[in-house]
Amino acid sequence: MKRWLTVLKKEIIENLRDRRTMMTTFVISPLVGPVLIAALFSFMLSMERERSEKLLELPVVGAEFAPNFVSWLEQQGVKIQPAPANPEKAVQNRDEDVVIRLTPEFPEQWRRGESAVLELLFDPSRQTANQTVGRTQGLIEAYSRQVGAMRLMLRGVNPEVARAVSVRALDLSTPQSRGAQLLMILPAMLFMTVFMGGMSMAIDATAGERERQSLEPLLANPMPRGEIMFGKMMASTSFALASSALSLVIYLVGFKLIPMEQFGMSLSLTPISCLVIFIALIPLAVLASAAQTALAAFSKSFREAQTQVGLLMMIPYLPGMLLAVNPIKPLLWYYGVPFFGQIFVLERIFRGESIEWVPFWIAFASSSVFALITLWFAARMYHRESLAVSA
Amino acid sequence: MIDVSGLCKSFKTGKTLVHAVSNVSFKAQDGQITGLLGPNGAGKTTTMRMLYTLMQPDSGSVSVDGFDIRTQANQVRQRLGVLPDARGLYKRLSARENIEYFGRLQGLAEATIGQRIEQLSERIGMADILDRRCEGFSNGQRVKTALARALVHDPKNVILDEPTNGLDVMSTRSLRKIMLNLRAEGRCVLFSSHIMQEVAALCDVIVVIAKGTVVAAGTADALREQGGSSNLEDAFVKIIGTDEGLML
Repeated sequence: MKRWLTVLKKEIIENLRDRRTMMTTFVISPLVGPVLIAALFSFMLSMERERSEKLLELPVVGAEFAPNFVSWLEQQGVKIQPAPANPEKAVQNRDEDVVIRLTPEFPEQWRRGESAVLELLFDPSRQTANQTVGRTQGLIEAYSRQVGAMRLMLRGVNPEVARAVSVRALDLSTPQSRGAQLLMILPAMLFMTVFMGGMSMAIDATAGERERQSLEPLLANPMPRGEIMFGKMMASTSFALASSALSLVIYLVGFKLIPMEQFGMSLSLTPISCLVIFIALIPLAVLASAAQTALAAFSKSFREAQTQVGLLMMIPYLPGMLLAVNPIKPLLWYYGVPFFGQIFVLERIFRGESIEWVPFWIAFASSSVFALITLWFAARMYHRESLAVSA
Repeated sequence: MIDVSGLCKSFKTGKTLVHAVSNVSFKAQDGQITGLLGPNGAGKTTTMRMLYTLMQPDSGSVSVDGFDIRTQANQVRQRLGVLPDARGLYKRLSARENIEYFGRLQGLAEATIGQRIEQLSERIGMADILDRRCEGFSNGQRVKTALARALVHDPKNVILDEPTNGLDVMSTRSLRKIMLNLRAEGRCVLFSSHIMQEVAALCDVIVVIAKGTVVAAGTADALREQGGSSNLEDAFVKIIGTDEGLML
């Protein structure tokens, strides 16, 4: 048996006996993405329901000043609420999302044919109220347009004259693309699993061994340090990949259970596409494990290794965050950047579009090269004299 | 046989350069126990770490059975059994699994490993703990396991760094017996200690190290003469110049 395989086997046996590593690798790491996404979906689902089904309840102050407007609102299915004693307070305290206030001047302005002013009280910083505010504004606009048009007609003018431009919005998104927009976070979640799955073992196999002082006798064995490092690194890679595979299976099953049609979108995840995703993740798992091993070898103590390797997990998020701020169409060289390229590859798969194999393999090959460089770097870290001597 | 000549090693701690080992030379012969005696911080561990190729010397050379530690590190490691100051067992593995692991890394066949473990377990007296996980082992049990692990490939040369550290009387006695056995088998045994009695009782040749250099070397008689005292302990203290960091 190759000696690095002996190291790999020992690391796996040892870590299979460690409950904490098993928890992070096979429970927390594969589940964290699906749970987060499930939470997001259920939140969206409730929002969607609210939008379409929930009765709009509007507190109106001074309803007696515009009885026609109020009864029009009621015809539109709005339930008019009695005005709160202190409307400003009610909005600020989040008792009400929005309050309409009519002033005593309203009837006078109305009669004179001026633009009658009504006040809309709301707090734009409150995301959850935006729905209600939007609906209310839409209703007011509609009423205003309707009455305005009638006034013009009374004066013998075609209401169209007052509308120089009218917009006709054409929604070109497909159900898949709407879904994928949301599921831009899916690649990031998978990257996180790749990082988390092997992390615990990568730290344990290098920084942990040093802390427990078993690295010194280990290095006295007749094999190159690079080979020892390779065995340990491959062990944590295998855990990272096992964790990712488990996570993909959970997604595969989970998406069958989520009522995608409710969101007007469909998400394509088949066993085949899961397999393709898994292959795309392999060089990333090697890259992540090599980087974690290098950092664990570089750090002076177990705790320092934990902190540094934890910070490393930020890296796969950077391209995702960049894309969230500034969504761009991929140029070919983007695929050469590890994690960045895979985002586009995975996104295409989630959209249900056919896989473009050239960018896929560019991303795969380039990430593999980066993984090899990191591996070489990790081997160099292992050759440092201070490696075995615990602080 | 271990041949050390002109060994130097210094470390940078902050801005100051600390000479941990400067110009250490000695020979450890086969069939003898050679003791490195010196107070804590004299450079014994650093010297030994260079011998088992964990560290590179700044200058000087070491050969083990004629193999150079710089250019033939793997051959050197095959000929050395090492019990470092840090015993470092894998506590989630059993004693047997710990020993097997190192046997495989030494490139031994599975059958050979099995035989060696049986032999060593009998000789060291660890049959009762062989299949227990190392978690919760006593100091003595830990040293026994680490020793068996160091000897699994039947090395001609054995290096033990402060082997009796933290052991009770019983374990210390059995360890000394093991060392005498190793000598009887014709091996080259090199061990370090800061305990004067232990060195006096066990060693054929004593190398006294202080402040990173060899201050005296020879048989117990030769050292008594050099120290000008019939009492070996007094001779040690005289040679080193202080009794700080030493133990009776």
